[in-house]
Order: sequence, then C-alpha cells, then structure tokens
Amino acid sequence: MIAAFLRKLAVELALPLILLTLLYLLSASSTNFYFPPLSAVLEKFNALWLGKRFFSDVIPSFQRLMAGYLLACLLGVVLGILIGSHAALRRAVEPVLEFFRAIPPVAMIPLLIMSMGFGDAMKITIIVAGAIWPILLNTVEGVKGVDSVLDETCRTYQIKGMARLWHFILPAASPHIVVGMRLGLSIGIVLMVISEMFAALDGLGSAIIYFQRSYEIPQMWSGVLMLGLFGFALSMAFRLFERLVLGWYYGMRNLERRD
Amino acid sequence: MAAGHEVVGAGRSAAPTATALDAQAIVRWLGGAAGVLVLAALWEAAPRVGLINRNFFPPLSVVLQQLATLVTTAEFWGFVASTARTWALGLVIATVAGIVAGLFIGLVPEARTYTHSTIEFLRPIPSVALIPGVILLFGSRYQSGVVLITYAAFWQVLLQMLYGLNDIDSVARDTSRSFRFSRLGFIRHVAWPTLLPFLFTGVRLAAAMALVLAVTAEMVIGSQGIGRGIVVAQASNATPEAYAYVLVAGLMGVAINMAARVLERHLLKWHPSVRNAGGP
Repeated sequence: MIAAFLRKLAVELALPLILLTLLYLLSASSTNFYFPPLSAVLEKFNALWLGKRFFSDVIPSFQRLMAGYLLACLLGVVLGILIGSHAALRRAVEPVLEFFRAIPPVAMIPLLIMSMGFGDAMKITIIVAGAIWPILLNTVEGVKGVDSVLDETCRTYQIKGMARLWHFILPAASPHIVVGMRLGLSIGIVLMVISEMFAALDGLGSAIIYFQRSYEIPQMWSGVLMLGLFGFALSMAFRLFERLVLGWYYGMRNLERRD
Repeated sequence: MAAGHEVVGAGRSAAPTATALDAQAIVRWLGGAAGVLVLAALWEAAPRVGLINRNFFPPLSVVLQQLATLVTTAEFWGFVASTARTWALGLVIATVAGIVAGLFIGLVPEARTYTHSTIEFLRPIPSVALIPGVILLFGSRYQSGVVLITYAAFWQVLLQMLYGLNDIDSVARDTSRSFRFSRLGFIRHVAWPTLLPFLFTGVRLAAAMALVLAVTAEMVIGSQGIGRGIVVAQASNATPEAYAYVLVAGLMGVAINMAARVLERHLLKWHPSVRNAGGP
C-alpha cells in the first residue's frame, strides 16, 4: 500500500524534478542579463512573494478576480437559463452572442478606461465581460440539451417554477455549466493580469510589468513564477469544486461506461 | 466534455424532412436577423438620446462611417494583415507541435504517466505570464505574439489529442495488432480517424483563443496590428476609430469561427458526429 503510493509519487515527481534540476544547473552559470540563474529568481521569490508583497499584490488581484468571476458566473447562469429555455429568444440572441464572444475582451480595456477610469470597477467589468461568454453559452447549451423524457416526466407531475429549476434544470445542465465555468476562470485570470498591466497601483500584473520596465529582471521572473503558481492553485481549487459538485455525474458516467 | 467550449449533440430530433429543414432554417435566420437589428438599433439610439455619453460610446452609424473611411486606407489593411499573420503562424506552429507531442505522449507506453503532473502544472499557467519574457526576447516584433499564441494554443491541441487517443476503440486496436500493423500504419489507419474530430475541436477552440491573444499582444506589447490600432486611436481620442477596430476584431473572430465550422463539416463528412448532427 505505502510502497504503491510512494511509487506513484515518484512517477509523478520524476519529470518535474528532472526539468527543474536541468534548469537550475543550466542557468547556474548564466551571465545573460535577461535570463538570470534560477537560484537568483528563487531568492527574489522568497524575499518578495512570500513576504509582504503577497498581501499587497496577490490578495488584491485575487479579490478583483473573484468579484468579477463570481459575478460572471451568476449573470452567465441566470441569463443562460433564461435564453436556453425560450426558443424564440434563443434564436434572436444567438448571432449577437456569437459576435460578442468573438470580440477580444482586452480590446475593450482602453474604451472602458475612458468611461470608468482606472479603478477596480473597470477591472471587474473587464473580467465579467470576458468570463461570462463561455459560462453563458455553455449554460444555454446545457439547458437546451436536457433529457426530453425527464422534461416530460416533470410536466406530467406538474413540477414547475423553482422546483423544476432547482431539481431538474440546474442538475441536468450542471456538467455543461461547470465546463463553461472552468473556461471562464482561465479567461478571468488572463484579464485580471492584463487589466492590471494597463492600469493599476497594485496587483500581480502591475508588479510584473513594473519590474520589467525598471529592468529588475530576477524580480520580474519571480513574479512570473508567482503568477504561474497562482494559476495552478486556482485550477486545483476548481478541480476540488468540480469533484464536489459533479461527483454524482462522473460516478454515473463511469458506471455507464462499464456496462 | 472533450468538446470543451462547444458541446455538441444538443439532442436534435431525428432527421427532419427537407422542407421542414428549410422552414426551420428560415425561422432561425429571421430570428437571428431580428436580434442583430435590435442590437444595432440600441447601439444607435442609446448614445443619441443621451442614455450613454456619446464621447465614450458613439452611435453605430458614426462608427460605421469611420470604418468606411478606414477600409480605404492602406494602414488599415496592413494592420489586418499583420494580425492575421501572427494568428496564422502561432496557430500552425501550435497545431503541429500539439500533434507531434500528443502522438508521442499518447502512443509511447508510460509516457503519459510520467508527463501527467508536468502537463497539469504547465497548462494552467496563464499565457500572459510570458509577456515580459517575450518582450525581452523579441521586443515589439510580431514574434512576441506568435510565442504567446503558440503557448496557449498548444495546450488546447495537446489535450484534445490525448482525449482522442484515449477514445481509440479497443477492438480496432487489437485487430490492428492481430494484423501486424506497423506503428505508422496504426497511426495512419486507426489512430488518425479517431483523432481527427477531437483535433478539430481543439484547433477550433485554439483558433478563437489565438485571435484574442494576437490582439492582446498587439495592445500590450505594441506590435503592428489591429490591437495597436485600438490603442493608438484611443490615445489620440479618436473614439469612433477605436470602436471601428474593435468591431473589425469581433468580425474577424466570427469569420474564423464560421470558417472552422464549415471546414469541420466538410472534412469530417464521413464521421458520425457530423452525419448525425442533422442539418446545419
């Protein structure tokens, strides 16, 4: 049991450790100004990001991201259910939604800066404007694709309104909604960083761009490392959430596959 | 799940007759046209009646007028061409790299178990984290955008490849083994047909993302292209021009998406997922 676990751990860690060691050794004697030794980057990482910058930059970034992302989830699911359950409405808005989804959200940043200024409201709006589309479109898709037998069963039993929504539509559409939410999260992170690069006093994006502009290269790379870990941590957290919400679905699918 | 953004198979009812299909298509088209018209009317009216400040949000007609003058300039087409070049280069490199890496990881025994943790760590790293790095390497040349696109699009393609290789029918695999297919023969005749729809989904998602990143790179890094057009227009207070460029970026995205769908339907005519989809 323990031996098996250790074996698995060794297999998982083998390649990352080899890569890191290689990077460490190859960069150790680097005199290239732009690509400093990994040891220097790690040292800066330790000094900057495990210290007060974590609270002055990472936390504000995280708060903005969460504010925008949760708002996008809420709006996306509500609008998605509305659009998904009315065929006429869906026909009318589908091409419009296709167009909005195709607009690079980053392109809206300068325009939003003009009308909303440089504050958090602008950044949160950008995150919402980018992250909402995959959530909305997947919710529409999920609501549209509910099982017709279940739908008619609900109708026969006169299950309507909130009960129908809560016990039938939401669970039936949830696998699609979660896929949309996962895509929305990675878009949200990108927009958080970019909007901070454009205009912010604090946050990961503004810190990285500040270091780059002032040619503090090891500091800059340590920021990039922090951003990578930030993305990784959020994706792990999301996976946990996914397993919690969709555990029943994966279990059911595995059973079906086995048959 | 494997399909990612677009989840296919919306449970359409079994093949409708040709006339019913036509009627359906017309209704859908009319509905869509109505939606677009309403949006256009809103965009025109809201700034005119003072619902939104027209300095920040000019009416549609003003933006379209600006666009009409823009399309006569060489600068505009230069911007469009360089955005398209960055987009295409990044997408092609990422697709080729994704296919090669996917075949290697998927077909070499044990490769998947050993690379799993590395892939799972690298994939969620936002591509924008590379921006400072590519600025140092390439400055504001177009290669900066190509690197960003390649990084982001590579994971899309690779993941779909791995999903696809997982999906290979075990009977087909065993049959090919019984018939002593060479490794290349196996890839060509068994793996490839299974992979293709997955690969297509990956490339279609990557194509949309690549355009967003191309524009982003131009805006943040300042390389030639539509993104730069937006930033310059905004900086010089030419708001309608900025909106015209945003409109063009959106239209390019719609065009890419539509082209990918048409191509997919055409190239995968033989595949059940397209055959069963019933109608456009």
